Amino acid sequence: MAITDDVLVIGGGIAACTAALSAAETGARVRLLAHKKSTLRQASGLVDVLGYAGGDGPFADPFAGLDSLPDGHPYSVVGEDGIREGLRIFDEAVGDAYEGSHTDSNALVATHGGTVKPTARYPESVAPGLASASGDMLLVGFEGLTDFDAPVAADHLTAGGVPFDVRGTTISFPKSFRSDAKVTRFAKALDRDEDVAGGTVRSVLADTVAAELDGADRVGFPAMLGDDHDEAVRDELADRLGVQVFEVPTGPPSLLGLKLEDMLFEALDEAGVRISSGNPAVDFEANDGRIETVLVDQKSRLTPYEADQIVLATGGLVGKGLDSNREHVTEPVFGCHVPHPADRYEWSDSDAFGDHAFARFGVVVDDQLRPTTEDSESQFENLRAAGGVVGGADVAREKSASGVSLATGAVAGRLAGEEASQ
Amino acid sequence: MSDAESPTNPSLTPDAQTEEFEAVDVFAESTDMDLRPGADNCYKCTACDISCPVAEVDDEFPGPKFQGPEQWRLKRKEDAAVDDSIMSCSNCMRCDDACPSGVPLSQMHNTARGEYVDEVMEKFSREYIRNRILANYGTLAQLGSMFPRLTNAVMGNSLVQKVNEKVLGITAERDFPEFATQTFREWWQERGGPQVRSEDKRVAYFHGCYSNYNTPEVGKAMVRVFESFGYEVVVPKQRCSGTPMFANGMLDDAKRAAGINVENFAGLIPEGYDIIASCTSCSMSLRQEYPELFDIDGIRDLSEHTYDALEYLRIHEDIESEVREASVSDQSFAYHAPCHGRNQGLDRQAVELFRELDGVEIEDVGDSCSGISGTYGWKEEKYDKSMQIGADMFDHMEHAAGNVGMTECPTCSMQMEHGTGYDVKHPLQLLEEALV
Repeated sequence: MAITDDVLVIGGGIAACTAALSAAETGARVRLLAHKKSTLRQASGLVDVLGYAGGDGPFADPFAGLDSLPDGHPYSVVGEDGIREGLRIFDEAVGDAYEGSHTDSNALVATHGGTVKPTARYPESVAPGLASASGDMLLVGFEGLTDFDAPVAADHLTAGGVPFDVRGTTISFPKSFRSDAKVTRFAKALDRDEDVAGGTVRSVLADTVAAELDGADRVGFPAMLGDDHDEAVRDELADRLGVQVFEVPTGPPSLLGLKLEDMLFEALDEAGVRISSGNPAVDFEANDGRIETVLVDQKSRLTPYEADQIVLATGGLVGKGLDSNREHVTEPVFGCHVPHPADRYEWSDSDAFGDHAFARFGVVVDDQLRPTTEDSESQFENLRAAGGVVGGADVAREKSASGVSLATGAVAGRLAGEEASQ
Repeated sequence: MSDAESPTNPSLTPDAQTEEFEAVDVFAESTDMDLRPGADNCYKCTACDISCPVAEVDDEFPGPKFQGPEQWRLKRKEDAAVDDSIMSCSNCMRCDDACPSGVPLSQMHNTARGEYVDEVMEKFSREYIRNRILANYGTLAQLGSMFPRLTNAVMGNSLVQKVNEKVLGITAERDFPEFATQTFREWWQERGGPQVRSEDKRVAYFHGCYSNYNTPEVGKAMVRVFESFGYEVVVPKQRCSGTPMFANGMLDDAKRAAGINVENFAGLIPEGYDIIASCTSCSMSLRQEYPELFDIDGIRDLSEHTYDALEYLRIHEDIESEVREASVSDQSFAYHAPCHGRNQGLDRQAVELFRELDGVEIEDVGDSCSGISGTYGWKEEKYDKSMQIGADMFDHMEHAAGNVGMTECPTCSMQMEHGTGYDVKHPLQLLEEALV
């Protein structure tokens, strides 16, 4: 006996969740097999589709940039319809917590470094801080929270020519923590509105910022304004300050990424997707070109999982869906073909922000999103791939990571579900 | 692969290995285990720190990233003792589950804690004596259960509880778990051992201390369920799995107990037995901590053949169909997944299975830690933090439809009962009701 389902999705990030939701829509019985906490907790929580391609950009309309993408890009496999399918699944999963679905156009989100990122969907808490919105801006950072240097971010935005006034200030948080306190500690203090000298964390914070306001129309804080009660925290601060309050997406550990992960897993639960997490898929058994069993390393022992259709959504080099050593780049679970230059000095460009070959490493898929062999034949008839493990996109330069995951996840999941239900 | 992972870097010829190359000297040290590759795998993403339930409520606790890879490096320095904050780690092992980069955090914590207790902690201190008592609950329980009614009366006496708190530092806030009037092993003897014999379906039951002395109904449910599937169940002599000893840095005690357990269980594996535990901390210990911490002949074999009871049935039997065809009287549960079950990837299996059972409503009360973490919440100075960690779980339990709790872990069960007043069942008890 093995643990048996119709569709088994391997992975735990945006692509895997989207694939599982998409497969569940077809009526298939779906299981998500996630290893560790996903890289979403290191991601900004922003959902991009396409910002730059072929030397052009930032695009006001991400769909207008599709023609500029190189051959073999995942978007050319799934097409505009695939991207829209992915965005629909995302919008339904997160509901009101995200904005941006009212338009095809990219929003410009100010990042914690003071750059501007073209983004298709963004958390509700980020919305008032869009660089594409008007109103003078005050950015507030905290001493001891080194991830966000508000004055530098403000200067950077100003240098980038935003059409409003931006200032940055660094204040001390109303409650003092140990010097390397986690962002979650700040968030919890605001959640619970803990008592401090002169009032509570929220009231004293508002008083401190009010003194710095000087006519600003909106105030941005690093994304740590509460965890479980974030809306109440923002509302109270906005109310006390009399201006709009927003969050600036920050680096890891990213509360916005964590919240997105929670929302996606809640959506999976609601869709009836079964979830097994904590252990990696490491091996498989195949017969006659079909994967029959996926083997999961459950604390040094292999547990078998069976499904009619499999979706591989284990991520790229960071998510460990791809592995590399000094000679080779490999896909470690199924040994799918990952094309790469024989000479590893050709894997990267000498310019740190240059056009790196490694950024596009990944499996090559056919029009059914099935990984192919060196001879361009599908490797297994019941295996599809989605997200970062699929090659051909330089998602960091294109600003397309989430979109590629959503689009390939939606299409791979739907195809797998339809085939399993037949 | 980082350069540091290959100790035989050809560019470091013997001539080049002067004092400046301290990193190379590390490999020359003869230690039981080399944790360096693990330390080097850490890229400081802090996923472990934000998953740590203790760091969330204890501002003094620097978190797993410090306790693991950073402390490991500091210890390389002469004159750097292990920091006493290691004793505030509750050994929930959530950091293991959080790490995206394969850092063996709990292994690092366990070794650092062992070293701290061995080398730094005063052996006549109240803390040491208290921790030693808590860590050796099995021995305590063995004595206590000889006269269960008397022990229950004494331990339930509020004066005794006050004395325990003042003298030993064991919190008076908690009621000491009651001993059963008949232990599981006594029951097992009385029924004459196995009722089913089989050549090819054989399991050896690791009941642990708690289902022997305190909740024998869990052990009985295990036996009846497995026998109903045609398994021959044997119950070898056993000692504590070691979980409370690891959490208190009592590695010598743990190693002694492990030696006995390996001796009594590993020999059964060639005869076709797999090892089944009903407590997720026991299975965690046998599966992960044993091979990580001790080099005992047969210990890896034992690790690879140990299963949680429900996990085993899901893999080896079509338990889902059996449960779907069964029914029980209407009941509703608030289920909490223990951290040690979560870390084995077992956190969803009970809810997934019992959703199929006619008459049962079951709701997961969220992914927070219960806060008791074995002995942690019994320590007087940790009690408040333990309750703060558990607050989320209590809250979710009260909002869940069910008014009976469910969990696999005996101490989570104590905490659930303590925080809400609910009765708490083990999944095997419901499975017994449904299938036997």
